[in-house]
Amino acid sequence: MNTQVNIAGVTFKNPVMTASGTFGSGMEYGEFVDLNKLGAVVTKGVSNVPWPGNPTPRVAEVYGGMLNAIGLQNPGIDVFMKRDIPFLKQYDTRIIVNVCGKSVRDYAEVVEKLSDEPAVAMLEINVSCPNVKEGAIAFGQKAEALYGITSELKKYAKQPVIMKLSPNVTDIKEMARAAEAAGADAISLINTLTGMKIDINKRSFVLANRTGGMSGPAIKPIAVRMVYEASHEVKIPVIGMGGIANAEDAIEFILAGASAVSIGAMNFVNPYVTEEVVSGIEAYMEKYGVENIADLVGAVL
Amino acid sequence: MKQKTKATVISQREIAENIFDMWIETGFALQSGAGQFIGVYPKDKSRLLPRPISICQTEKGTRPALRIVYRTVGGGTEEFSTYKEGDSIDILGNLGNGFPLEAAKGKRVFIIGGGIGVPPMLELSEQLRECEKQIILGYRDCALFLKEEFERNGMVYIATEDGSAGTRGNVLDAIKANGLSADVIYACGPMPMLRAIKMYAEEKGIDAYISLEEHMACGVGACLGCVVKTANVDRHSHVNNARICTDGPVFEAKEVDI
Repeated sequence: MNTQVNIAGVTFKNPVMTASGTFGSGMEYGEFVDLNKLGAVVTKGVSNVPWPGNPTPRVAEVYGGMLNAIGLQNPGIDVFMKRDIPFLKQYDTRIIVNVCGKSVRDYAEVVEKLSDEPAVAMLEINVSCPNVKEGAIAFGQKAEALYGITSELKKYAKQPVIMKLSPNVTDIKEMARAAEAAGADAISLINTLTGMKIDINKRSFVLANRTGGMSGPAIKPIAVRMVYEASHEVKIPVIGMGGIANAEDAIEFILAGASAVSIGAMNFVNPYVTEEVVSGIEAYMEKYGVENIADLVGAVL
Repeated sequence: MKQKTKATVISQREIAENIFDMWIETGFALQSGAGQFIGVYPKDKSRLLPRPISICQTEKGTRPALRIVYRTVGGGTEEFSTYKEGDSIDILGNLGNGFPLEAAKGKRVFIIGGGIGVPPMLELSEQLRECEKQIILGYRDCALFLKEEFERNGMVYIATEDGSAGTRGNVLDAIKANGLSADVIYACGPMPMLRAIKMYAEEKGIDAYISLEEHMACGVGACLGCVVKTANVDRHSHVNNARICTDGPVFEAKEVDI
């Protein structure tokens, strides 16, 4: 049985990755799962300088999901390269670094610094975080802006570039086309859906940021639909995510057209979920006599 | 080593209005320290996240068990309140740093709990040794849950908001009314109480260790959902935002901006 996948020339031992922002750089969940078993660790977003993030409360539970408005708190690329990359290098898994910024220049600075780090297999460009005022989603909601930042960052990147798309758009197909046309090597989707929760007793917003990004099992059908639409629109590979809770969910994304999948909020619910999805995919392949996982990609009839 | 695992409910009873007292059998008890907490997962799958609940007492004998005393504040904790002896539940633990016991050695200590911040101070009051323990508990009214158990561990002073027992007012009013003083403070309770204690400790020039609460998602330091502003650079992001779930929940009062 072959669970290996190839995305833009990079091979992964299996299609199971972590969704950026839910798994840090693997240090915390490394206490629960063997990072060597994962296809890749996708790190939390890293910016050119440290970002303090948003005021609290930053998280809230909603029916079948959660809202977050962390605001991309991170130590900046210099600390990240000194601490997080050496940590991840100890493991036999691929490293994908998620990059965030307020301006194209900010993103480019991080991309350039990472270009000399061969341990980093791919870059994932966050143009879809709904929780920061400048940058991020501003680049991910208009096709022209997405095209512009993608083509600019491709000039600096030595590693293949994944553009992480926002579901908070009118037409995901248009955004997928823009990323592809600008030279993206792959796309990942979906980032969180912008949501809101109000405390009716206090008559106030539950999150200090008022709005937050929704994730969790409740968003899965939307994510599957968008992965299906995007993957049938472009030739570049798609990494699918949004509410994956188990191997069955992961297979659903793969059948919809994802070459690989990421697991996010469900790490908080089941800290062992990533490893369980790896073994569950193998069990599914065994059950249905699937020799090569690539045969399942987009195989929905 | 943190784990998510099954535990068995040994007993549960309501000890004051909406305050529940549950013992659960779990090996976590062998490792847990005063001021640490566990995450309890609702069985209702529409409610995803573990609820952080402080450890009130531990039984480290042949049948290790943890006691949690919590207030029902929503659907998740309301579900917990229906659990009966023998029920199996999912818990995540042990979480957080806990109180530094050594800071009390040879000193006069205030152990202060307010509201649902009272329970974790019970384990602390049992664990602290070689010190003079003055226990100050603040309640809304005369439902003085856990008070008798504290009395085994030191002198107990009570404050109630409605004046129905002890000093009318808050824990600092009780300290003043009883003419108490200390060299070190341990406290857990609502944010306004902790702010007042932080100021009190600064005025008196004494150390205070306070346990903070915040909305949490992962509970293990990965999501950065529960942070508090700190005077010093935090060890994770270097932006003076420490994670309450892992760098805390207990902080030196002078270290946090609350």
